[in-house]
Amino acid sequence: MDRTKIDLWVGIFVALGVAALLGLAMKVGNLTSGKIGETYSVTAAFENVGSLKPHAPVKSAGVAVGRVDSIAFNSKTYEAIVTIKIDKRYNFPKDTFANIYTAGLLGEQYVGLEAGGDEDVLKNGDKIAKTQDAVVLEKMISQFLFSKASETDKDAKSSTSTSASEVKPAGAKSTELGDAPF
Amino acid sequence: MTKSNPLVSIIKTLQGIGHRMVERIWRLGAGARLFFLTIVYSGESFKRFHLTMREIYSTGVMSLLIIIVSAFFVGMVLALQGYNTLQKYGSSEAIGVLVSLSLVRELGPVVTALLFAGRAGTAITAEIGLMKTTEQLSAMEMMAVNPIARVVAPRFWAGVISMPILATLFSMVGILGGYIVAVPLIGVDEGAFWSQMQASVDFQSDIVNGIIKSLVFGVACTMIALFEGFDAPPTAEGVSRATTRTVVISSLTVLGLDFVLTSFMLVI
Repeated sequence: MDRTKIDLWVGIFVALGVAALLGLAMKVGNLTSGKIGETYSVTAAFENVGSLKPHAPVKSAGVAVGRVDSIAFNSKTYEAIVTIKIDKRYNFPKDTFANIYTAGLLGEQYVGLEAGGDEDVLKNGDKIAKTQDAVVLEKMISQFLFSKASETDKDAKSSTSTSASEVKPAGAKSTELGDAPF
Repeated sequence: MTKSNPLVSIIKTLQGIGHRMVERIWRLGAGARLFFLTIVYSGESFKRFHLTMREIYSTGVMSLLIIIVSAFFVGMVLALQGYNTLQKYGSSEAIGVLVSLSLVRELGPVVTALLFAGRAGTAITAEIGLMKTTEQLSAMEMMAVNPIARVVAPRFWAGVISMPILATLFSMVGILGGYIVAVPLIGVDEGAFWSQMQASVDFQSDIVNGIIKSLVFGVACTMIALFEGFDAPPTAEGVSRATTRTVVISSLTVLGLDFVLTSFMLVI
Protein backbone atom coordinates (compact mmCIF):
# COMPACT_ATOMS: atom_id res chain seq x y z
CA MET A 1 0.00 0.00 0.00
CA ASP A 2 1.96 3.01 -1.18
CA ARG A 3 1.88 6.30 0.58
CA THR A 4 0.16 8.44 -2.06
CA LYS A 5 -2.85 6.16 -2.14
CA ILE A 6 -3.12 6.18 1.66
CA ASP A 7 -2.78 9.95 1.76
CA LEU A 8 -5.50 10.34 -0.85
CA TRP A 9 -7.96 8.11 0.95
CA VAL A 10 -7.30 9.63 4.36
CA GLY A 11 -7.74 13.07 2.83
CA ILE A 12 -11.08 12.04 1.33
CA PHE A 13 -12.09 10.52 4.67
CA VAL A 14 -11.34 13.68 6.63
CA ALA A 15 -12.98 15.87 3.97
CA LEU A 16 -16.13 13.74 4.18
CA GLY A 17 -16.10 14.09 7.93
CA VAL A 18 -15.79 17.87 7.79
CA ALA A 19 -18.54 18.05 5.18
CA ALA A 20 -20.80 15.94 7.38
CA LEU A 21 -20.10 18.19 10.35
CA LEU A 22 -20.88 21.32 8.33
CA GLY A 23 -24.03 19.70 7.00
CA LEU A 24 -25.14 18.85 10.49
CA ALA A 25 -24.38 22.32 11.78
CA MET A 26 -26.11 24.23 8.98
CA LYS A 27 -28.95 22.04 7.79
CA VAL A 28 -29.82 20.11 10.90
CA GLY A 29 -28.88 22.46 13.70
CA ASN A 30 -29.66 26.14 14.02
CA LEU A 31 -26.17 27.54 13.77
CA THR A 32 -26.99 30.09 11.04
CA SER A 33 -30.10 31.51 12.63
CA GLY A 34 -29.59 35.10 13.67
CA LYS A 35 -26.41 34.76 15.67
CA ILE A 36 -24.78 37.33 13.42
CA GLY A 37 -25.39 41.03 13.80
CA GLU A 38 -25.00 43.57 16.52
CA THR A 39 -27.59 43.83 19.23
CA TYR A 40 -28.62 46.25 21.97
CA SER A 41 -29.92 45.27 25.41
CA VAL A 42 -33.22 46.29 26.92
CA THR A 43 -34.77 45.20 30.23
CA ALA A 44 -38.38 44.50 31.13
CA ALA A 45 -39.93 43.67 34.49
CA PHE A 46 -42.60 40.97 34.73
CA GLU A 47 -44.58 39.73 37.69
CA ASN A 48 -44.55 36.19 36.36
CA VAL A 49 -42.37 34.91 33.56
CA GLY A 50 -43.91 31.44 33.49
CA SER A 51 -41.46 29.05 31.88
CA LEU A 52 -39.49 31.61 29.85
CA LYS A 53 -35.88 30.54 29.48
CA PRO A 54 -32.69 32.32 28.38
CA HIS A 55 -32.14 32.05 24.59
CA ALA A 56 -35.89 32.07 24.03
CA PRO A 57 -36.79 34.07 20.91
CA VAL A 58 -38.08 37.64 21.01
CA LYS A 59 -40.63 38.16 18.26
CA SER A 60 -42.50 41.13 16.92
CA ALA A 61 -45.36 40.50 14.48
CA GLY A 62 -44.26 36.88 14.51
CA VAL A 63 -40.74 37.56 13.21
CA ALA A 64 -37.73 36.83 15.44
CA VAL A 65 -35.99 40.12 16.26
CA GLY A 66 -33.81 39.07 19.17
CA ARG A 67 -33.15 36.68 22.04
CA VAL A 68 -33.74 36.60 25.77
CA ASP A 69 -30.34 37.12 27.35
CA SER A 70 -30.90 36.56 31.06
CA ILE A 71 -33.65 36.44 33.68
CA ALA A 72 -32.97 37.81 37.14
CA PHE A 73 -35.04 38.32 40.29
CA ASN A 74 -35.37 41.76 41.83
CA SER A 75 -35.67 41.19 45.57
CA LYS A 76 -36.90 44.74 46.21
CA THR A 77 -39.90 44.78 43.92
CA TYR A 78 -40.26 40.95 43.80
CA GLU A 79 -40.41 41.07 40.03
CA ALA A 80 -38.50 39.15 37.38
CA ILE A 81 -36.14 41.33 35.34
CA VAL A 82 -35.72 39.94 31.83
CA THR A 83 -32.82 41.28 29.73
CA ILE A 84 -33.44 40.93 26.01
CA LYS A 85 -31.05 41.57 23.13
CA ILE A 86 -32.68 43.11 20.06
CA ASP A 87 -31.05 43.22 16.62
CA LYS A 88 -29.64 46.70 15.90
CA ARG A 89 -31.52 46.90 12.62
CA TYR A 90 -34.87 47.17 14.40
CA ASN A 91 -35.86 50.18 16.48
CA PHE A 92 -38.80 50.05 18.86
CA PRO A 93 -40.62 53.07 20.31
CA LYS A 94 -40.36 53.78 24.02
CA ASP A 95 -43.94 52.69 24.75
CA THR A 96 -43.55 49.17 23.34
CA PHE A 97 -45.54 46.44 25.03
CA ALA A 98 -43.64 43.34 26.07
CA ASN A 99 -45.82 40.25 26.51
CA ILE A 100 -45.00 36.63 27.12
CA TYR A 101 -46.76 34.33 24.70
CA THR A 102 -46.69 30.60 24.21
CA ALA A 103 -45.77 29.19 20.79
CA GLY A 104 -48.57 26.82 19.94
CA LEU A 105 -50.84 25.50 22.65
CA LEU A 106 -48.33 23.94 25.02
CA GLY A 107 -45.10 24.99 23.40
CA GLU A 108 -42.13 27.09 24.34
CA GLN A 109 -42.68 30.59 25.69
CA TYR A 110 -41.31 33.64 23.95
CA VAL A 111 -41.38 37.41 24.38
CA GLY A 112 -43.65 39.29 21.98
CA LEU A 113 -43.04 42.99 21.36
CA GLU A 114 -45.89 45.20 20.21
CA ALA A 115 -44.81 48.64 19.04
CA GLY A 116 -46.57 51.65 20.49
CA GLY A 117 -46.79 55.10 18.96
CA ASP A 118 -44.03 57.02 20.72
CA GLU A 119 -41.51 58.90 18.60
CA ASP A 120 -38.51 58.23 20.87
CA VAL A 121 -36.93 54.82 20.36
CA LEU A 122 -35.51 52.40 22.91
CA LYS A 123 -31.75 52.59 23.34
CA ASN A 124 -29.20 50.29 24.92
CA GLY A 125 -29.99 49.87 28.61
CA ASP A 126 -33.53 51.24 28.49
CA LYS A 127 -36.42 49.70 30.36
CA ILE A 128 -39.69 48.63 28.75
CA ALA A 129 -42.43 50.10 30.91
CA LYS A 130 -45.52 48.23 29.78
CA THR A 131 -45.42 44.50 30.30
CA GLN A 132 -47.90 41.65 30.50
CA ASP A 133 -47.12 38.46 32.37
CA ALA A 134 -47.15 34.93 31.11
CA VAL A 135 -50.36 32.96 31.24
CA VAL A 136 -50.17 30.52 34.10
CA LEU A 137 -52.56 27.64 33.62
CA GLU A 138 -53.55 27.33 37.27
CA LYS A 139 -54.51 31.00 37.54
CA MET A 140 -56.67 30.72 34.45
CA ILE A 141 -58.47 27.70 35.86
CA SER A 142 -59.09 29.37 39.22
CA GLN A 143 -60.29 32.54 37.44
CA PHE A 144 -62.65 30.47 35.36
CA LEU A 145 -63.98 28.61 38.39
CA PHE A 146 -64.46 31.87 40.26
CA SER A 147 -66.36 33.44 37.36
CA LYS A 148 -68.50 30.32 36.94
CA ALA A 149 -69.27 30.32 40.66
CA SER A 150 -70.31 33.98 40.66
CA GLU A 151 -72.46 33.35 37.55
CA THR A 152 -74.39 30.58 39.23
CA ASP A 153 -74.80 32.79 42.30
CA LYS A 154 -76.38 35.50 40.13
CA ASP A 155 -78.54 32.91 38.38
CA ALA A 156 -79.69 31.49 41.68
CA LYS A 157 -80.68 34.97 42.84
CA SER A 158 -82.55 35.76 39.60
CA SER A 159 -84.26 32.37 39.25
CA THR A 160 -86.18 32.89 42.49
CA SER A 161 -88.07 35.64 40.67
CA THR A 162 -88.30 33.98 37.22
CA SER A 163 -89.51 30.45 37.82
CA ALA A 164 -90.01 29.68 34.14
CA SER A 165 -86.38 28.92 33.45
CA GLU A 166 -85.04 25.52 34.34
CA VAL A 167 -82.86 25.44 37.40
CA LYS A 168 -79.28 24.89 36.38
CA PRO A 169 -78.17 21.34 37.23
CA ALA A 170 -76.49 20.95 40.57
CA GLY A 171 -73.30 20.20 38.77
CA ALA A 172 -72.91 23.85 37.72
CA LYS A 173 -70.96 24.74 40.81
CA SER A 174 -68.60 21.80 40.43
CA THR A 175 -65.74 21.92 37.99
CA GLU A 176 -66.88 21.80 34.39
CA LEU A 177 -63.54 22.11 32.71
CA GLY A 178 -64.93 20.62 29.53
CA ASP A 179 -65.97 24.03 28.25
CA ALA A 180 -62.91 25.92 29.38
CA PRO A 181 -62.25 28.92 27.10
CA PHE A 182 -58.98 27.43 25.97
CA MET B 1 -13.63 -37.06 54.62
CA THR B 2 -17.22 -37.03 53.39
CA LYS B 3 -18.31 -34.45 55.98
CA SER B 4 -16.03 -31.61 54.73
CA ASN B 5 -16.80 -32.24 51.00
CA PRO B 6 -19.61 -29.66 50.53
CA LEU B 7 -17.70 -27.12 52.61
CA VAL B 8 -14.55 -27.64 50.55
CA SER B 9 -16.42 -27.15 47.27
CA ILE B 10 -18.03 -23.93 48.54
CA ILE B 11 -14.67 -22.63 49.67
CA LYS B 12 -13.17 -23.53 46.29
CA THR B 13 -15.94 -21.70 44.44
CA LEU B 14 -15.46 -18.59 46.53
CA GLN B 15 -11.73 -18.76 46.02
CA GLY B 16 -12.27 -19.04 42.28
CA ILE B 17 -14.53 -15.98 42.24
CA GLY B 18 -12.08 -14.01 44.32
CA HIS B 19 -9.18 -15.04 42.10
CA ARG B 20 -11.03 -13.97 38.95
CA MET B 21 -11.95 -10.62 40.49
CA VAL B 22 -8.37 -9.95 41.55
CA GLU B 23 -7.12 -10.95 38.11
CA ARG B 24 -9.57 -8.52 36.48
CA ILE B 25 -8.34 -5.71 38.69
CA TRP B 26 -4.74 -6.62 37.80
CA ARG B 27 -5.66 -6.42 34.10
CA LEU B 28 -7.40 -3.09 34.65
CA GLY B 29 -4.24 -1.78 36.22
CA ALA B 30 -2.11 -3.14 33.39
CA GLY B 31 -4.47 -1.52 30.89
CA ALA B 32 -4.24 1.82 32.67
CA ARG B 33 -0.47 1.53 32.62
CA LEU B 34 -0.48 0.88 28.86
CA PHE B 35 -2.76 3.91 28.38
CA PHE B 36 -0.38 6.10 30.35
CA LEU B 37 2.64 4.84 28.40
CA THR B 38 0.81 5.36 25.09
CA ILE B 39 0.20 9.00 25.96
CA VAL B 40 3.78 9.49 27.14
CA TYR B 41 5.31 7.97 23.98
CA SER B 42 2.92 9.71 21.59
CA GLY B 43 5.47 12.17 20.27
CA GLU B 44 6.63 9.88 17.50
CA SER B 45 3.13 9.29 16.12
CA PHE B 46 2.90 13.02 15.37
CA LYS B 47 6.49 13.63 14.32
CA ARG B 48 6.30 10.72 11.88
CA PHE B 49 2.73 11.37 10.95
CA HIS B 50 2.71 8.88 8.08
CA LEU B 51 2.56 6.10 10.69
CA THR B 52 -0.67 7.53 12.06
CA MET B 53 -1.97 8.14 8.53
CA ARG B 54 -1.53 4.50 7.68
CA GLU B 55 -3.49 3.54 10.74
CA ILE B 56 -6.23 6.08 10.00
CA TYR B 57 -6.52 4.36 6.64
CA SER B 58 -6.88 0.92 8.27
CA THR B 59 -9.27 1.93 11.02
CA GLY B 60 -11.18 4.86 9.54
CA VAL B 61 -11.32 4.55 5.79
CA MET B 62 -11.82 0.79 5.79
CA SER B 63 -14.77 1.19 8.18
CA LEU B 64 -16.48 3.71 5.89
CA LEU B 65 -18.48 1.11 4.00
CA ILE B 66 -20.06 -0.52 7.02
CA ILE B 67 -20.72 2.81 8.74
CA ILE B 68 -22.39 4.43 5.74
CA VAL B 69 -24.55 1.44 4.82
CA SER B 70 -25.62 0.87 8.44
CA ALA B 71 -26.36 4.56 8.90
CA PHE B 72 -28.52 4.63 5.81
CA PHE B 73 -30.60 1.69 6.96
CA VAL B 74 -30.84 2.90 10.56
CA GLY B 75 -32.11 6.25 9.35
CA MET B 76 -34.68 4.65 7.09
CA VAL B 77 -35.96 2.34 9.82
CA LEU B 78 -36.18 5.24 12.29
CA ALA B 79 -38.29 7.20 9.82
CA LEU B 80 -40.59 4.25 9.17
CA GLN B 81 -41.13 3.29 12.78
CA GLY B 82 -41.38 6.89 13.88
CA TYR B 83 -43.99 7.73 11.28
CA ASN B 84 -45.98 4.65 12.24
CA THR B 85 -46.37 5.87 15.81
CA LEU B 86 -46.47 9.65 15.24
CA GLN B 87 -49.30 9.58 12.74
CA LYS B 88 -51.59 8.10 15.39
CA TYR B 89 -51.30 11.42 17.27
CA GLY B 90 -51.40 13.55 14.15
CA SER B 91 -47.81 14.67 14.69
CA SER B 92 -46.31 13.07 11.61
CA GLU B 93 -44.51 16.33 10.80
CA ALA B 94 -42.27 15.80 13.83
CA ILE B 95 -40.58 12.89 12.06
CA GLY B 96 -37.59 15.08 11.20
CA VAL B 97 -37.12 15.97 14.85
CA LEU B 98 -37.38 12.33 15.87
CA VAL B 99 -34.86 11.04 13.34
CA SER B 100 -32.33 13.83 13.82
CA LEU B 101 -32.38 13.97 17.62
CA SER B 102 -32.17 10.19 18.01
CA LEU B 103 -29.25 9.99 15.62
CA VAL B 104 -27.28 13.05 16.70
CA ARG B 105 -27.63 12.53 20.43
CA GLU B 106 -27.49 8.77 20.88
CA LEU B 107 -27.50 6.42 17.91
CA GLY B 108 -24.72 8.18 15.99
CA PRO B 109 -22.01 7.90 18.64
CA VAL B 110 -23.13 4.60 20.17
CA VAL B 111 -23.83 2.52 17.06
CA THR B 112 -20.70 3.88 15.39
CA ALA B 113 -18.68 2.87 18.45
CA LEU B 114 -20.16 -0.64 18.44
CA LEU B 115 -19.47 -1.08 14.72
CA PHE B 116 -16.02 0.44 15.13
CA ALA B 117 -15.22 -1.97 17.96
CA GLY B 118 -16.40 -4.86 15.85
CA ARG B 119 -14.54 -3.93 12.70
CA ALA B 120 -11.52 -1.82 13.56
CA GLY B 121 -11.11 -2.97 17.15
CA THR B 122 -10.85 -6.63 16.25
CA ALA B 123 -8.44 -5.83 13.41
CA ILE B 124 -6.18 -3.93 15.84
CA THR B 125 -6.32 -6.70 18.44
CA ALA B 126 -5.59 -9.43 15.93
CA GLU B 127 -2.73 -7.46 14.36
CA ILE B 128 -0.98 -6.69 17.63
CA GLY B 129 -1.69 -10.17 19.01
CA LEU B 130 -0.09 -11.72 15.93
CA MET B 131 2.88 -9.37 16.21
CA LYS B 132 3.33 -10.59 19.76
CA THR B 133 2.94 -14.22 18.74
CA THR B 134 5.46 -13.98 15.91
CA GLU B 135 7.82 -12.21 18.34
CA GLN B 136 7.96 -9.04 16.28
CA LEU B 137 7.40 -6.92 19.40
CA SER B 138 10.32 -8.57 21.22
CA ALA B 139 12.48 -8.13 18.11
CA MET B 140 11.65 -4.43 18.11
CA GLU B 141 12.63 -4.13 21.75
CA MET B 142 15.92 -5.80 20.99
CA MET B 143 16.62 -3.28 18.22
CA ALA B 144 15.94 -0.45 20.74
CA VAL B 145 12.75 0.53 18.92
CA ASN B 146 10.06 1.30 21.48
CA PRO B 147 7.15 -0.98 20.44
CA ILE B 148 4.61 1.22 22.22
CA ALA B 149 5.76 4.31 20.37
CA ARG B 150 6.02 2.52 17.02
CA VAL B 151 3.00 0.21 17.09
CA VAL B 152 0.55 1.12 19.84
CA ALA B 153 0.50 4.93 19.90
CA PRO B 154 -0.17 5.52 16.16
CA ARG B 155 -3.12 3.13 16.30
CA PHE B 156 -4.44 4.86 19.39
CA TRP B 157 -4.39 8.32 17.82
CA ALA B 158 -5.79 6.94 14.57
CA GLY B 159 -8.77 5.54 16.48
CA VAL B 160 -9.30 8.77 18.40
CA ILE B 161 -9.20 10.82 15.18
CA SER B 162 -11.41 8.44 13.17
CA MET B 163 -14.24 7.95 15.65
CA PRO B 164 -15.75 11.47 15.66
CA ILE B 165 -15.51 11.62 11.87
CA LEU B 166 -17.27 8.27 11.55
CA ALA B 167 -19.94 9.24 14.09
CA THR B 168 -20.68 12.54 12.32
CA LEU B 169 -20.89 10.72 8.99
CA PHE B 170 -23.24 8.18 10.57
CA SER B 171 -25.56 10.93 11.83
CA MET B 172 -25.58 12.78 8.51
CA VAL B 173 -26.16 9.70 6.35
CA GLY B 174 -28.82 8.50 8.79
CA ILE B 175 -30.69 11.79 8.53
CA LEU B 176 -30.46 11.57 4.73
CA GLY B 177 -31.85 8.04 4.88
CA GLY B 178 -34.66 9.22 7.10
CA TYR B 179 -35.35 12.10 4.69
CA ILE B 180 -35.54 9.73 1.73
CA VAL B 181 -38.11 7.57 3.46
CA ALA B 182 -40.13 10.38 4.99
CA VAL B 183 -40.44 12.89 2.15
CA PRO B 184 -40.53 11.12 -1.22
CA LEU B 185 -41.76 7.75 0.00
CA ILE B 186 -44.23 8.52 2.79
CA GLY B 187 -45.14 12.05 1.76
CA VAL B 188 -44.33 14.17 4.81
CA ASP B 189 -43.97 17.83 3.89
CA GLU B 190 -40.36 18.64 3.03
CA GLY B 191 -40.39 22.12 4.51
CA ALA B 192 -41.87 20.89 7.78
CA PHE B 193 -39.27 18.10 7.94
CA TRP B 194 -36.25 20.42 7.81
CA SER B 195 -37.67 23.46 9.58
CA GLN B 196 -38.90 21.56 12.63
CA MET B 197 -35.57 19.76 12.76
CA GLN B 198 -33.65 23.03 12.66
CA ALA B 199 -35.82 24.43 15.42
CA SER B 200 -35.23 21.49 17.74
CA VAL B 201 -31.60 20.50 17.20
CA ASP B 202 -29.26 22.82 19.06
CA PHE B 203 -25.67 22.86 17.80
CA GLN B 204 -24.03 23.19 21.18
CA SER B 205 -26.09 20.89 23.31
CA ASP B 206 -26.83 18.17 20.75
CA ILE B 207 -24.24 18.02 18.00
CA VAL B 208 -21.22 19.00 20.10
CA ASN B 209 -22.30 16.62 22.86
CA GLY B 210 -22.55 13.84 20.29
CA ILE B 211 -19.00 14.61 19.14
CA ILE B 212 -17.72 14.61 22.72
CA LYS B 213 -19.37 11.24 23.27
CA SER B 214 -17.80 9.81 20.14
CA LEU B 215 -14.35 11.04 21.24
CA VAL B 216 -14.72 9.33 24.61
CA PHE B 217 -15.95 6.14 22.94
CA GLY B 218 -13.03 6.33 20.52
CA VAL B 219 -10.53 6.49 23.36
CA ALA B 220 -12.25 3.61 25.18
CA CYS B 221 -12.68 1.25 22.21
CA THR B 222 -9.20 1.82 20.79
CA MET B 223 -7.52 1.45 24.16
CA ILE B 224 -9.40 -1.76 24.92
CA ALA B 225 -8.50 -3.19 21.50
CA LEU B 226 -4.83 -2.22 21.92
CA PHE B 227 -4.57 -3.63 25.41
CA GLU B 228 -6.23 -6.93 24.55
CA GLY B 229 -3.84 -7.38 21.64
CA PHE B 230 -0.80 -6.37 23.66
CA ASP B 231 -1.73 -8.64 26.54
CA ALA B 232 -2.94 -11.64 24.52
CA PRO B 233 -1.37 -15.03 25.26
CA PRO B 234 1.04 -15.56 22.33
CA THR B 235 -0.84 -18.53 20.86
CA ALA B 236 -3.39 -18.85 18.07
CA GLU B 237 -6.14 -19.61 20.54
CA GLY B 238 -5.03 -16.74 22.77
CA VAL B 239 -5.25 -14.22 19.93
CA SER B 240 -8.69 -15.40 18.83
CA ARG B 241 -10.01 -15.22 22.38
CA ALA B 242 -8.51 -11.74 22.70
CA THR B 243 -10.44 -10.54 19.66
CA THR B 244 -13.76 -11.75 21.08
CA ARG B 245 -12.91 -10.15 24.42
CA THR B 246 -12.26 -6.88 22.60
CA VAL B 247 -15.73 -6.82 21.08
CA VAL B 248 -17.53 -7.83 24.27
CA ILE B 249 -15.67 -5.52 26.61
CA SER B 250 -15.76 -2.58 24.18
CA SER B 251 -19.49 -2.95 23.68
CA LEU B 252 -20.23 -3.11 27.39
CA THR B 253 -17.93 -0.19 28.12
CA VAL B 254 -19.46 1.94 25.38
CA LEU B 255 -22.99 1.34 26.61
CA GLY B 256 -22.04 1.97 30.22
CA LEU B 257 -20.12 5.16 29.34
CA ASP B 258 -23.06 6.29 27.24
CA PHE B 259 -25.31 6.19 30.27
CA VAL B 260 -22.80 8.09 32.40
CA LEU B 261 -22.16 10.74 29.74
CA THR B 262 -25.83 11.20 28.95
CA SER B 263 -26.68 11.71 32.60
CA PHE B 264 -23.90 14.34 32.87
CA MET B 265 -25.01 16.09 29.72
CA LEU B 266 -28.67 16.18 30.57
CA VAL B 267 -27.97 17.68 33.96
CA ILE B 268 -25.59 20.30 32.60
